[in-house]
Amino acid sequence: MHEHMKPTPLPNKFFTPTVVLILMIAINGLIFLALRFFFGIGAVTNLDNQHPWGIWIGIDVAAGVALAAGGFTTAALGHIIHREHYHVITRPALLTALLGYTFVAISVGVDLGRYYDIWHPLIMWNGNSALFEVGICVMIYLTVLYIEFLPIVTERFIGKVNLPGALSKLNKSVDKLLRALDRGLDKTMFIFIIAGVVLSCLHQSSLGTLMVIAGPKMHPLWQTPVLPLLFLLSAIAVGFPMVIMESLIASKSFGLKPEMDVLSRLGRIVAPLLGIYLAFKIGDMFIRETFVYLTDFTLESVMFSIEIIIGVVIPLRMFLSEEVRNSRSLILTASFLVIFGVFLNRLNNFLIAYTPPYAQNGYFPSIGEISVTLGFIAIEILLYRLIVKNFPVIAVPVKQTSPKTKYSIRGI
Amino acid sequence: MAKQSRRNFLKTAAAVGATATGMSVLSPKKAEAAPENILSVDRMGVLVDTTVCIGCRRCEWACKQAHDLPAGNIESYNDEATFDKKRRPDDTALTVVNKYPTENKPHVPTYLKVQCMHCDKPACVSACIVGAFSKKENGSVVWDGSKCIGCRYCMVACPFQIPAFEFEKALEPKIMKCDFCFERTKEGKLPACVDICPVETLTYGKRSDLIQLAEERLKLYPDRYKNKIFGETEVGGTSWLYLASNDFQKMDFPKLGAAPAPGVSESIQHGIFAYFIPPVAFYALLGGIMYITKNKDKSEEE
Repeated sequence: MHEHMKPTPLPNKFFTPTVVLILMIAINGLIFLALRFFFGIGAVTNLDNQHPWGIWIGIDVAAGVALAAGGFTTAALGHIIHREHYHVITRPALLTALLGYTFVAISVGVDLGRYYDIWHPLIMWNGNSALFEVGICVMIYLTVLYIEFLPIVTERFIGKVNLPGALSKLNKSVDKLLRALDRGLDKTMFIFIIAGVVLSCLHQSSLGTLMVIAGPKMHPLWQTPVLPLLFLLSAIAVGFPMVIMESLIASKSFGLKPEMDVLSRLGRIVAPLLGIYLAFKIGDMFIRETFVYLTDFTLESVMFSIEIIIGVVIPLRMFLSEEVRNSRSLILTASFLVIFGVFLNRLNNFLIAYTPPYAQNGYFPSIGEISVTLGFIAIEILLYRLIVKNFPVIAVPVKQTSPKTKYSIRGI
Repeated sequence: MAKQSRRNFLKTAAAVGATATGMSVLSPKKAEAAPENILSVDRMGVLVDTTVCIGCRRCEWACKQAHDLPAGNIESYNDEATFDKKRRPDDTALTVVNKYPTENKPHVPTYLKVQCMHCDKPACVSACIVGAFSKKENGSVVWDGSKCIGCRYCMVACPFQIPAFEFEKALEPKIMKCDFCFERTKEGKLPACVDICPVETLTYGKRSDLIQLAEERLKLYPDRYKNKIFGETEVGGTSWLYLASNDFQKMDFPKLGAAPAPGVSESIQHGIFAYFIPPVAFYALLGGIMYITKNKDKSEEE
C-alpha cells in the first residue's frame, strides 16, 4: 500500500453558497417548529382525528430509521464479518446513522402531544405494543451509537486537550481520562457493535409490525403479516446505497477523490440484497393474491408500482452491471433510486396505504409540516459538515510515515 | 480489540450472555409489563336498539354534562339541521347521533348513536406504548391521562376510529373517547346516556344477558330487524351491541371479521421476543461470527 487512508478533520471552510441556502431552509423549519410548541400540533399540521399520523411520522421517523440503516449494515460488514477493506466508510456511515437517529428521536418528540413525557416508556411498559418495542430499541440503539462514536472524540482530543483560561490546569487530567476511556472502549467496543446490529434488526422489523394492527384500515397491497420482514430486508438493502450516495456527495462537496474501488465493491452486494427483498415482496403479493388491486387505476396501485419498478427493479438491474458500479454518476443514480424506493415504501405504508374509514378529506402535509421536515434534513446536513470538519471521520490519503498500525475495531 | 486476548473476549462475551439470560429468566415479570386487560364473564354492556331511537340527541347532551364538556342549551339539540352532515365523535362530543334512511320504511329514519364500542380485545389497549388504556372488570375501556404521551398510536390502531385527540392544545392534550361513564357506574349510577334516554333505546346490563335479550327480540320480531347483532363477534366481540333494521355497512359500520384486532400484531411481537431467546441467540451468533472471522484475520496476517 503506497498510500494510507486515514480519517482526518477536513480543512474546507464551512460556508459556501449552498451551505447558506441549506441554513435558510433550516431556519424556516425552526420557525414553524416554534409555532408547533406555542400553539399545538393542530395549528401547524393538517392532522385530524382521521389522520393521526402525517409526514413527521411517515418520513421523519419511519423513512428516517430506514435510511439510517447504513450504520448497522456497514458495522456488520466491517466489524463483524471483518472486511477491512470497507473501514474507510464505517466512520462516515456511523456519523450519518448517529445524526439520523438523533433526528428520529427529535422528530418523535415534536410529534408527541406530550413531548415532555417522552421518558414514560422507560418505566411504563407494555410488552404487547410494537411501538413500545420500537421506542425502547431506538433509545438503546441511540445510546450505543453515541458510544460507538466516542473513540472518534477521544482520538480527536488525546494529546491535544487545550481548555481555556483557568480550566487549563485540568488539561492533563482530562487527557488522562480520555486515554483511560479510549482504552476501556477499545476492549469493550465489540459488545456495543454486536448490540447495535441486534437492536437495529429488532426495531427495523418492529417498525413494520407497527402498521399491522391497523388491519383493514390499511390497503391490502401493503397490509401483510410479513411487514416486519419486508421492513428489515428493505432496510438492509438500502444501507449500502445510502453509504455510497453520502460518500460520493461528501467527496464532491469537499473536493476529495471518491473512493470508487471501495464503493463499487460495496455496490456488488446491493443487487443480491435488493433481490431478496423483491422476492419476498412479490412472493407475498402472489400468496395473498393482492395483484388484483394493481389492475385498478388508483393512487394506491400507482404508488405501489412506482415503488416496485423505479425503486427496486430498475436499480436492481443497474447494480448487476459492472459498468454501472464503476461509473461515478451511474452508481450514484442507482443508489439514489434504491433510497427513493425505500423512502417511498415507508411513505406508502404509513400514509398512502392508511385509508381511515370516516375521512371527509384526504391528508396532504401542510406548509408547516413540510418546512419542519426539510428543516431537520437541512440541520442534519449542516451538522454533518460541521462534524467532519472538526473530527476525524472522513478518510483522506496520507503519506505513510509510520508502519501501518495493527487493525483495531475503531476502524483505522 | 486486536490486543484483546481470546480469553478476555470469551469472558466478556460470557458476561453479556449471562446478563441477557438473567433478563430472560426474569421474563415471567415481563408478562406483568402489560396494561390491565380483564375479560370478566360478568362484564357489562349496552344494547342499542336503533329501531327504537327517535333521534332526540339527549344522550349527547347528558354525555357532555357527565364529562364536563360544554353542553349548551338542551333545546338546541332539537335542531334537525344537525343531521345534514354525518358526524363523528371527537374531543368536544364523545358520542353523536347520525340519521340514515331506513331500508323498508322510507318515511321513518333510523337514528344511530356512535361512541366507543368497548372491545373485548381492544386494539388501543394492545397498541398503547405506555399502557395508558386498560380494559376494566366491568367491561369499560379507560384512558389514563397520567401515562399518555400523546403519540396517537391508539387512533391508528382502533378499528372503529374512535379515539380523538385535542390537536389544538399545546400543553396536556388529551385522548378523548367514551369511558362508559366509569366514574358514574363505580357509584352504582347508570351511564349518563342510558340514564337520560326517554325511549329505552339503550339497555344497560350484563353483556351475556344483553345478547340473550337481543336474540329474543330477533326471534320475536324477525321483520323488524336484520338478523344480526353487531358487536357480538366483531373484532372478538364488543361491550356495546347494536340491533338495526338496516344493513350495518350501509350505516357506516366498518366491515370487520371475528378476529381480535391486536391478534396478528401481538403474535408477531411475542414471536420475535419469545422470552428474549431469539435476540440473545442472534447476539450469540453474531459474536461467534465476529470471533471466527477475527481469528481468520490473524492467521492470514501470520
